[in-house]
Amino acid sequence: MELITPAIGLIFWTTLTFAILFFLLKKMAWKPILGAVEDREKSIIDALASAENARKEMQNLTADNERILKEARNDREELLKEARSMREQMIEEAKGEAQVEADKLIAKAKDGIENEKLAAIADLKSQVADLSIGIAEKLVKEELASKDNQVKLIETMLKDVNLS
Amino acid sequence: MRIIVFTKSIVFSLLIFFSLSQKVIGQDHGEAERTKDSHQVQENGEAFDITSMIMHHISDSHSFHVYGENDGHFPNALTVPLPIILWTDNGLVTFMSSEFHHNDDGSVVVEKKGMKFAKFHNKIYQTNNEGALSLDEHNHPTNSKPLDFSITKNVFVMLLALLILLVLFGIAGKSYKKNGKDAPTGVAKFIEPLVIFIRDEIAIPNIGEKHYRKYIPLLLTIFFFVWIINIFGLIPFFPFAANVSGNIAFTMTLAVIVFLVVNIVANKNYWKHIFWMPGVPVPMKLFLAPIEVIGMFVKPVSLMIRLFANITAGHIIVLSLIGLIFVLKSVWVAPVSVAFTLFISLIEILVTAIQAYIFTMLTSLYIGAAIEEEH
Repeated sequence: MELITPAIGLIFWTTLTFAILFFLLKKMAWKPILGAVEDREKSIIDALASAENARKEMQNLTADNERILKEARNDREELLKEARSMREQMIEEAKGEAQVEADKLIAKAKDGIENEKLAAIADLKSQVADLSIGIAEKLVKEELASKDNQVKLIETMLKDVNLS
Repeated sequence: MRIIVFTKSIVFSLLIFFSLSQKVIGQDHGEAERTKDSHQVQENGEAFDITSMIMHHISDSHSFHVYGENDGHFPNALTVPLPIILWTDNGLVTFMSSEFHHNDDGSVVVEKKGMKFAKFHNKIYQTNNEGALSLDEHNHPTNSKPLDFSITKNVFVMLLALLILLVLFGIAGKSYKKNGKDAPTGVAKFIEPLVIFIRDEIAIPNIGEKHYRKYIPLLLTIFFFVWIINIFGLIPFFPFAANVSGNIAFTMTLAVIVFLVVNIVANKNYWKHIFWMPGVPVPMKLFLAPIEVIGMFVKPVSLMIRLFANITAGHIIVLSLIGLIFVLKSVWVAPVSVAFTLFISLIEILVTAIQAYIFTMLTSLYIGAAIEEEH
C-alpha cells in the first residue's frame, strides 16, 4: 500500500520544482532556442528562395544576352548587305559617269582631229596651189622666153578657143 | 516498445505475486524480526526478506544511504543526512535526519518545540509524551502524523535534476542569445535536435501548426524533466539512485498538472463532445456522457500509472535479479544476475527515453484533443 500512497511532501516539492523549472526554462531556454531555430529555418527558406530567384534572374540574363547577341548578329549581317549593295551601286554609278566622261573626251578629240585635218588639208591645198603657181610661172617664163614660143602658145590657145 | 511494456507488466505482476507469497511465508517469523533491517536478518541466519529489501530500495527515504552497514565490518556505513521539515500543530519544525541516528523502528525519539517525533518505516509520527508509538494489530502506528515536507531522498534528487537542467539549458539558451540563428555550439548542439524532435514529431502533429507555440514550453519541460529524472533513477550510486519517477506522488503531480492544463484550455467543442456528443441519437448521447466524463479522469490516471509502473517495474526487476544472489545464498548466481541486470539496464536506458516520450506525446495528444476545432 505504501507504494501507491502519495506522500504530501513529494507532491508539494514536485509541484514547486516543476513550476520553477517551467517558468525559468521557458524564459531561459525554450524561448531563445525555439526563436533561434525558427529564425534559422526562416533564413534558410529565405536563402533558398533568393537562390531560386537569382537562378531565374540568371536564366533571364542569359536569355537576354543570347537575344541581344542574335540581334547584333542580324544587324551586322544587314549592315554588311547594305554596304555591299551600296558599294556595287557606287561602282555602277562611277562606271556610268566614267563612260559618259570618256565618251565626251573621245568626241572632243574627234572634233579636234577633224578640225586639225581640215586645217591641214586647207594648208596643204594653199601650199599646193602656191607650188603649182610657182611651177606654172617658171614654166611660163621658160616657154615664153622666145618669141617663137610665145607665138606658138598664142596660136595653140587660139586654136583651142572655138569662136563660134 | 509495446512488447517491452507488455513484458514488463508480466514481470511486474509475477513479482507482485512473488512478493505476496513471500509475505505469507514471512509471517511465521514474527513481527519483531520483520521490523529489523533485512540484511541483519540474513546475518542472523534467517531467510533473506527480498520483499522488504526491494520495497526499501524503491521507497522514499529521509536520509541518503551511500554505502555500508553498521555491523562492525569495514567500511562503516555512510549515510548522508537530509533535512526534515514538519508542519505540526505548533508550527514549523526542522532538524536533520541524522538526529534519528538512521533508526527506522520508532525507538529513537527527537524532541522539538515540546513535541516528540519518531521515525517508523520511513514515516515520521508524533509520539505521546513518553516517546512511544502505539501500534495496531497490523503493526501500523496509530499516532498522528505531522505534515511531512522533508527534503527526502526523492526531493533531493529532484532538486538536483532541477539544478542540472537549469545549468544545462541556461548555458544552451545563453549560447542561442549570443549566436542568434547561427549553427548551435556546445551543449546546444546536443539539445537542439531533441527540442526540434519534440516540436516536429510531438507538438505539431498532435496540437497543430496554429496553436502548438503556446504549449511547447510545457511539453519540453515535461519531457526533459521526466527523462532526466528517469536517467537519475538508473544511476545506482549517490547522489542519484532515487526512484523518483517510480513514485506515485511524483507521477500523480505531473498527471494533475496535465489534467488541469487540458481542462483549462479546453474549448466549447471539447465539452460538447463530453456532455452532448454530436452526431449520435439522444439515448446514445445520454449513454456516452458518463463514459466521456470517466474518460476525462482516466486519461491523467493512465499517465500517472504508466510512468509509475514502468519505472518501478524496471527497478524491481533489477533489485530482484541482484536479490537472487542472496535468496539462493550462492555467489555463483552472481554472474547470471549481473548479466541479466546489465541486459535489463540497457532496456531501461531505452525505457527512460520512451516513457518520457510517451508522457509528452500523450500530453500533447490530450491538449490537441481539447483544443480541436469543430469540423
